Amino acid sequence: MKVKAPEAPKSPAAIALLAFALFWIALVIVLPLVNVLFEAFRTGVAPYLAAILEPDAISAIKLTLLVAAIAVPLNAVFGIAAAWCITRFEFRGKGLLLSVLDLPFTLSPVISGLVWILLFGAHGWFGAWLDAHNIRIVFALPGLVIATVLVTLPFVARELIPLMLDQGTDEEIAAVTLGARGWDVFFRITLPNIKWALTYGVLLCTARAMGEFGAVSIVSGHIRGLTNTLPLHIEVLYNEYNTVAAFATASILAGLAIVTLILKTLLEWRFADELAAHRRH
Amino acid sequence: MSLTVQNITKSFSDFAALDNVSFEAHSGEFLALLGPSGSGKTTLLRLLAGLDQPDSGSVTFEGEDYLALNARERRIGMVFQSYALFRHMTVEQNIAFGLNVRPSKDRPSKAEIKAKVQSLLKLIQLEDLGKRFPSQLSGGQRQRVALARALAISPRILLLDEPFGALDALVRKDLRRWLRRIHDETGVTTIFVTHDQEEALDLADRVVVLKDGQIEQIGKPLELYRKPASSFVFDFLGTNNQVTATVSGAEAKFDGFTAPAVVSGELTGPQVVRFRPFDAHLSKDGPGFKGKVLSILPAGANLRLELQSEDGTVFETQHAHDSDASDLALNDTVYVKPIKVYVFGN
Amino acid sequence: MTTDSPISAGDARLETNGRSAHQIKPEGFKPPKATHRTQHVLPGFHASLGITLTYLSLIVLLPLVALVLRPWEAGLDGFIRTVTDERVLKALQLSFTTAFWAAVVNLFAGLIVAWVLTRYEFPGKKIIDAIVDLPFALPTAVAGVSLSSLYAPNGWVGSLFDPMGIKIAYTPIGIFIALVFIGLPFVVRSVQPVLAEFDAEVEEAALTLGATPMQTAIRVILPSLAPALITGFSLAFARAVGEYGSVIFIAGNMPYISEISPLLIVIKLEEFDYAGAASVAIAMLALSFTILLVTNFVQVLLSRRGRA
Repeated sequence: MKVKAPEAPKSPAAIALLAFALFWIALVIVLPLVNVLFEAFRTGVAPYLAAILEPDAISAIKLTLLVAAIAVPLNAVFGIAAAWCITRFEFRGKGLLLSVLDLPFTLSPVISGLVWILLFGAHGWFGAWLDAHNIRIVFALPGLVIATVLVTLPFVARELIPLMLDQGTDEEIAAVTLGARGWDVFFRITLPNIKWALTYGVLLCTARAMGEFGAVSIVSGHIRGLTNTLPLHIEVLYNEYNTVAAFATASILAGLAIVTLILKTLLEWRFADELAAHRRH
Repeated sequence: MSLTVQNITKSFSDFAALDNVSFEAHSGEFLALLGPSGSGKTTLLRLLAGLDQPDSGSVTFEGEDYLALNARERRIGMVFQSYALFRHMTVEQNIAFGLNVRPSKDRPSKAEIKAKVQSLLKLIQLEDLGKRFPSQLSGGQRQRVALARALAISPRILLLDEPFGALDALVRKDLRRWLRRIHDETGVTTIFVTHDQEEALDLADRVVVLKDGQIEQIGKPLELYRKPASSFVFDFLGTNNQVTATVSGAEAKFDGFTAPAVVSGELTGPQVVRFRPFDAHLSKDGPGFKGKVLSILPAGANLRLELQSEDGTVFETQHAHDSDASDLALNDTVYVKPIKVYVFGN
Repeated sequence: MTTDSPISAGDARLETNGRSAHQIKPEGFKPPKATHRTQHVLPGFHASLGITLTYLSLIVLLPLVALVLRPWEAGLDGFIRTVTDERVLKALQLSFTTAFWAAVVNLFAGLIVAWVLTRYEFPGKKIIDAIVDLPFALPTAVAGVSLSSLYAPNGWVGSLFDPMGIKIAYTPIGIFIALVFIGLPFVVRSVQPVLAEFDAEVEEAALTLGATPMQTAIRVILPSLAPALITGFSLAFARAVGEYGSVIFIAGNMPYISEISPLLIVIKLEEFDYAGAASVAIAMLALSFTILLVTNFVQVLLSRRGRA
C-alpha cells in the first residue's frame, strides 16, 4: 500500500490549517511551558537557586527519586511478567485481565489515592490493626510508593504487549527446539528483541512516577520535609504565595519533562521498528 | 476518440522512468502496456490519469491537450491495483460517488443516479450486493465494483493498473474473459497495465512492450509472437532455448544440420540463436543436439520435456501428447533439432 | 524454572493420552512428571501468570473492592443522600460538562494538528510533533500552577481578557482551559497513525472520479478517521473527568460554582467522611463507564458498517 508523502502547504486552505495548528500548539502547550521558566527566574538567578537548594526542596527531590526508584522497577518486573503470559500463552479470562490492567489509566488520580486511605487509613479496613502494630503506610513512604505504583502500573506492560504480540513466538519456539532453557530463552531471545520498548516504557513510567500529583497528594499528608514529593512541594509553596520558589521547583519538573520528551523522541526516531506500533498514553 | 501520447519523458530523482515514449490508442481499442516491474508502465498510466506530470512531451485526446487538465477534469476511469474502494461506503455508494460529487448544475438527479447504479450493478452481475460494504466482498467482486465505479462517470478512457494482480489464478482467468466482454459491450477505449505476457496477449487488441522506460515494440499479439522486434520481446513472451549457430541469409548452420532462421537486420557469421520449445523436433537418431531426458511433465495440452546435452546445456521442448515424444522415458537418449530459429542483433 | 526437552514433552503427551510409552524408553530414562506445564512449548506460564494475578489483585483489585464496598456504611440511603446532595451534583455536573466541551474542542483542534503533522512538510515539524506530547510528560501540578498564573487577571493571557470583564482563572472557563491542555495529545495521537497510513490510491481514486480536494477530505478521508476520532475523544474525555493536578490551581474551588468532583473527594477525606468520598468516587466511575460504554457501542456500530 502506498501512502501520501507530506508536501509543503500550497493552497490557502493548507496554509490556514498550518497556521492554526502552530498557533494552537503555541498557545495551549508552549506558552504554559515558557511561563514556568519566566516566573521561576522573574526575580533573578539568586532567588531561584535559593529556592531549589532550600532543605525542604532537597528532601522533596530525594523523596521523589526514592519513590520512583522503588515503584518503577516493581512495575517493570510486573510489566514483563504480564506481557509474557498475555502474549505467549492462551488462557481463559485474558480479555478480563487486559481490562483490569488498563483500569489504572481510567481511574482519577484522586481515586487512586483514595483507595489506599480506605484500606490503610485511620478508619480504613486495616487501619486499626496497623495502628496497634505501629505500622505506618499512609502519610508515609509506603503509601507514596503504592499510590505511585497503582498510577503507573500499566506503562511498561502496555508498551511491551503490542510489540511482543507483533513479534510472535517463532524465535522463542525455535530456541526451545534447539534446547534453550527457561531463562536462556528470555535473556538471549526475548530481552534483546524488546529492550528498546522496555526502555521506552520505563522512561514513561519514571516520568509519570516523579510527576504524579493527585494520588500522592492524598496519601502523603503533606508533611513538609518528610512526605512531600516535588509536585506536592510546588503546591505548598504556591498556596503560601511563594510564587518564585513554587515556579523554581516546577522548573525542575518541567526540565525533567523536556528531557523525557527528548529521550522519547530519540527512541522513536532511532528504534521506530523496535517500539510498539500503536502508542497511546 | 483516440489518445495520442508523444515523446513523453519522466524522470524521478535518480532514474529515467519514461524515456521518449510515443504511442496512440485508437478509439474503442483495448491496449495493453506490458513490461517487467520497473519498466515504467505504471508511471505511464499515472501520467495519463493526471496523477503525475511528465517532464516533457504531450498527451492529447481528440486534439485536446490532456496535460492542461487535472485528474479531476480528465474524466478518466481508473481502476487501481488495490481497487481503492471507499470502505465506509456501500457498493452502491461507491459506484455513485463520481456522480454525487459533481457540482449541482452537472449532477444527474437522484433517480438518474439510482438508475445508473442499478444498470452498472447488473453489468457487473452484483445486483444483490448493492447494500454490502467492500469488506464483505471477495477479491473478484471488489474488482468488479472498482470497475463499475470507474465506468459510472462515463469515462472517455478506462485505465486499469494490474487489474488481476491481486487475484488467484482461477478467478483471474474468469475475470479476464468477463472484462473483455464488458469492453466489447461498452466500447470504451481501454488501457491496462500488466507484467503477465499471457494476460496481455490473451486480452489486448494491441500490446505496447516497455523496457527500462522505453518502448520495445508495439503490435498485435500475433505480430509480437511472429515478428518480435528484439531479443527482449522474444524472451519476455515465453521460455526459449539459446544456442550458437553460423548464420547466413535465412539459414542457421549447426554441427551437421541447418534450420530456417528469422533474422532481424543483416546478421551473418556466428550468432546466438533462439528457438521456442514447440519449434523443436525430436528423433531417435539425429540429426540434432544429442541429449538425455531429464524430465517429462504435462503442460496443459502439451507434453513438456527437459533434455540435457553432453556439454550440460538444458533444452526445454513441447510436443503433443500423442506424438512420438510420449514414448520416451527418463534418461533415454534423443536428438533435438530446432525447426525455426530467431536471430537478434542485440 | 526448567524446561522439558522436546522428547520428554512428547512422552508426557503420550502418557496423558493414556498410552503406555514404556517400550520406547531407553534404559535408565526417568520420565519427567507430566505436569500441565508440558502442554506449553515456552517456559514460564505459571510463574508469569502467578506474578501478574497476584500483583493485579493486590494493587488494583483489592483497593477497588475496598472502594466499591465502602459507600454502603449508611445503607443505600446514605449513598443516595451523598450523591444527590446539591454540592455533589453541581460538582459532578461541572466535571462532566467541562470535560465534555474540552474534549469537543480537542476533537477539532487535535484533528487539525494531526492533519498538519501528517500532510504537510514545514520547518520545525519534528519539534512540533514531539512537543505535542508535553501534556503527557509535564507533571500536572506544574501545568496547574503555570496555567493558573497565565490566566489570572494579572497573567499574560488573563490580563488581555480582564479589561473586557472576562475572568478565566478561578472560574469554570479556567477548568475548561486546563482540560483542553491535558486532552490535546489524546486526539492527535489517536488520529495521526490512521491518517499517516491512509491509502494514497483511495484518495487518487476520489480525484479521478471528479471529487475536489475538499470533497475528498470530507467524504472519503474523514469518515475513515471516525473510529480514531471517537477513541481520541473518549480518552481525552475520560482523562479530563478525573483530572486533578492541572485543574485544582486554576479552578478557584468555590462550592457550587467551580468545585470539581475529585476535589470533593479530597474535601470529604479531610473531614474523615470515607463513605462520602467513596460514594462520590463510585458516582464518577459509574458515569465514566457509562460514557465509555456508549462510545464503544458507537464504535461497534461503525465497524459493522465496515468502517473499522
